[in-house]
Amino acid sequence: MIPAAFEYAKASSVDEAVKLLDKFGEDAKVLAGGHSLIPLMRLRLAQPKALVDINGIKGLDHIEAKGDKLHVGALTRHFAIHSSDVIRDKLPILAEVASEVGDNQVRNMGTIGGVVAHADAAGDYPTIALMLDADIVTNRRTIPAKDFFKDLFTTPLQANEIVTEVVFPVANGPHKYIKFRRRLFDWAIVGAAAQKVDGHWRIGLTNVGPTPVRAKAVEDALGKGAKPEEAAQHASDGLNPAGDLRASPEYKKHLARVLTRRAIEQAQ
Amino acid sequence: MAVTQLVGAKIHRREDPRLITGHGHYIDDFTRQGTAYASFVRSPVAHARVKSIDVTDASKAPGVVGVYTARDFKGQLAGTHPAAPAFVAEKKYVPERFPIAEKEVTYQGEIVAVVLAESKGQAADAANMIQVDYDDLPVVMDLEKALAKGAPKAHEAGPDNVCWDFTYTPLDLTEAAFKEADVVVKERVLQNRLAPVPMEPRGVLADYEGFDKKLTMWLSSQNPHFIRLFVSGALGLRESQVRVISPDVGGGFGSKISPYPEDYLVPALSRMTARPVKWIETRTESIQNSTHGRGQFYDCEVAAKKDGTLLAMRVVQYVDVGAYHGTFGAFQPVACLMAGGGYKWKGISARTVGVLTNRVPTDPYRGAGRPEATHLVERMVDLVALELKMDPVDIRRKNFIQPEDFPFTQNFGLVVDSGDYDKSLDKALELAGYAELRKKQADLRKQGRYMGIGLSTWIELCGFGPSAATAPATGGIALVESAQVRVTPTGAVIVYTGTHSHGQGHETTFSQIVADQLGVPLDSVELRHGDTAEGTSFGYGTYGSRSLAVGGVAISKAVGKVIDKGKKLAAHIFEAAEEDVVFEHGNFHVKGSPDKSKAFGEVAFASYGMGLPEGMEQGLEAVAYFDPPNLVWPFGAHVAVVEIDAETGSVKLEKYVAVDDCGNIINPMIVDGQIHGGVVQAIAQALYEEVVYDESSGQLKTGTMIDYLVPSAGEIPPFILDKTITPSPTNDLGVKGIGEAGTIAASVAVINAICDALSPLGIKHVDMPATPDKLWHMMKEARK
Repeated sequence: MIPAAFEYAKASSVDEAVKLLDKFGEDAKVLAGGHSLIPLMRLRLAQPKALVDINGIKGLDHIEAKGDKLHVGALTRHFAIHSSDVIRDKLPILAEVASEVGDNQVRNMGTIGGVVAHADAAGDYPTIALMLDADIVTNRRTIPAKDFFKDLFTTPLQANEIVTEVVFPVANGPHKYIKFRRRLFDWAIVGAAAQKVDGHWRIGLTNVGPTPVRAKAVEDALGKGAKPEEAAQHASDGLNPAGDLRASPEYKKHLARVLTRRAIEQAQ
Repeated sequence: MAVTQLVGAKIHRREDPRLITGHGHYIDDFTRQGTAYASFVRSPVAHARVKSIDVTDASKAPGVVGVYTARDFKGQLAGTHPAAPAFVAEKKYVPERFPIAEKEVTYQGEIVAVVLAESKGQAADAANMIQVDYDDLPVVMDLEKALAKGAPKAHEAGPDNVCWDFTYTPLDLTEAAFKEADVVVKERVLQNRLAPVPMEPRGVLADYEGFDKKLTMWLSSQNPHFIRLFVSGALGLRESQVRVISPDVGGGFGSKISPYPEDYLVPALSRMTARPVKWIETRTESIQNSTHGRGQFYDCEVAAKKDGTLLAMRVVQYVDVGAYHGTFGAFQPVACLMAGGGYKWKGISARTVGVLTNRVPTDPYRGAGRPEATHLVERMVDLVALELKMDPVDIRRKNFIQPEDFPFTQNFGLVVDSGDYDKSLDKALELAGYAELRKKQADLRKQGRYMGIGLSTWIELCGFGPSAATAPATGGIALVESAQVRVTPTGAVIVYTGTHSHGQGHETTFSQIVADQLGVPLDSVELRHGDTAEGTSFGYGTYGSRSLAVGGVAISKAVGKVIDKGKKLAAHIFEAAEEDVVFEHGNFHVKGSPDKSKAFGEVAFASYGMGLPEGMEQGLEAVAYFDPPNLVWPFGAHVAVVEIDAETGSVKLEKYVAVDDCGNIINPMIVDGQIHGGVVQAIAQALYEEVVYDESSGQLKTGTMIDYLVPSAGEIPPFILDKTITPSPTNDLGVKGIGEAGTIAASVAVINAICDALSPLGIKHVDMPATPDKLWHMMKEARK
């Protein structure tokens, strides 16, 4: 449980962080909350040669509503998202999701930028980002969420590219995120999100494949007037989830259907 | 013993301020100057021949002191890992075990090499550079397949995979009873393999001082004296040359009873390098290498009359021994001897089969054998009730051993000391609101909802134990307990016990007993344990809910001896006859003249002075050993209420009631704490925890706490607890054990509730852990 040796540098600005990443090259990793990266390093499943710590960069933890957009700085901690009045007002589903990430320690350290950049299939924010067509903003460009989550732990981010903020559309209509898990602090075995935007349902699924999934077939069925229980039957269309110790593929697909229906029914 | 001021009082644990503010002293808090750090190289495969080990790069790595393989320990360590005979009279094949593998590895995690370096990080880095070439061998995982003729063997050199095959009572014993049966139920009941996961993993710091030829070891252990015995033997040292210190221990649950390979290798390395050597287990190593619990299955048949009278049981236990015989692994067949539970039977036939596999060894784990027995008998009794359409309460009441039957000699000749099983059941049913729950269940069933109520009327045996029973079980050393009480000239009382707390709160409860008996304040009593250089010459450790019922009684006896000497001295001071001296509330006086008294402290001071009675030596101290005449037999009744999500198979534990009887109670708060922890651990087994290995490769799949599901407070409902008190006639304190009760009782209460909930679907039995996926599949099949 001791990581392999690595270099460490703390950046005080995005520019400095980029310079440090350039210096260390391909094998460097950005350290934000560290709650995914450090356990991987302790198990030596990740052995970066250097860590560039961005926690000292000021101004990356903003939460701002501008017009119909909500800007959330990459270093914003889960706890801040959960307790932000702006988020509760403009995008309450995000506050709901943040309140159920990990445990207290994780919520006080982990960041939205870290979750997005890590692109774990079990991450919750990516589902919301994808479902709502959010933009991932980096020091170099803006990447739509649908182009961002390429594969398991795989994004278009370059070695010297840092996520600076996630920009969501404002959406405060009926919503619900259901995270099915064994223990209160676990990742979702399967998660289902429902959000009504401009009178149309958006449906997202967590951990039913290598990337988050937008359940378009459900959205379409609902759009055509199907009842939630009918529409939710399409939640598993095209899914091919891998089985694991917690759930068989068949069970995950079943959960996708059940949770989708419940999310729609319970949305408020 | 009368309930006095301190005994029976809810006193806050004296050790808690230290422990909960981070001021405890655990192994990693100790370091010696010049310490070298060990990192072990472990087999990544479950079964293989070791072809070669290349240490070239590792030896040259920064900070490396040395790299060692099995060959280097030849001549340093003698003998094989100890395997106590325990409850199995004959063993078939007990593989030799050297602490470090040379030619063959037999489970994932077995040590093949060790690196010593100047820092932990350097040791870990160098360990990663060691290249081991393995030649894979077939793995033995499934118990039934392992027993088949011509099956691959867990050890190449073994005759087969049978570690033991022992029949306690033959089948023909129950033949007649089965013939008169109206109903016979049959089931295979699984016991999932569990990892103990103590909050503090294991660790060893060893310092061999060459000039004095003395070894001091700090390690996290439930029984430091046994470690001294085993380690001194293996290192060729006298016990007097070895001092074992087990400071605060952050949990054990049985996994810190037996010696481990590292407990031998670390001190041997200290002697080889003339440096202190330290190793702290990582969490990954802990889950992979600590002895596991359970890992069994039972084939069981029960015969009964149609009025619900239980007649006879046939049980065959299959134990996954693992790759080596755990030191006390053969204690687990005690499940056979307890398979009858709190009921009367005409006969029980029992056989146990220990099977060697390529998994880490199993050994006692909280409850060890009694949770398995309770789970089995309480499950079978429910199956009989289901078959006969009887209420599970009624079948239990019909067959309970009755209060007037005690002492009751059960089917295996064990004598149950005391009990009142109806009383605890009555109380539990009342607290649960049983009749209303059944009504609610009927209503919910009409709505298609699956609510279930599960009972566990458990009994156990603990407080190991009488010398006649335990000396043969350990191979010679009776599991009695020792205590020493020393009173200083100023009347401070220092108590040494041979038990050792790993979370039980002995510093509090034992001091309560002593303070009451001596009539002194709690603060003037100091409890010491865990250091073989202090106290009596041998201590027996903490496991099997024995500390109070054996160790506490030994302390009380030693205090009694101190009081007796005090009386002699007081009689001399009072110029009275010894038999006329009374000791009460901390004062000595002559019968009839309580106003003219000497306080305990005054007599203590006088004992160190001059003018003692003729023949009396100075000082006030005593040693006592307690050899209990019998085991003690706690019991109780638990009720679990669950609702199962018809769509997802999730189990929601709605209510949990536990009424337990552990005889007289020293500290109710500590008893409640033990019940809480024990029940949670059993709920964990019933719903969450299972060590899973890949069946074809022998790879551990639950190697982290992400995959090994220890539940949190978030998954557990508040408990409703109560007690009945039936004093034990086995000891003067009237106490029984409570450390394992919750774990013994609760798994089956939860599973019985689940089976009850699903009975409308025709589901009769569910094995642990009852995961949502498993239940969903079962419900889906049943609905077809």
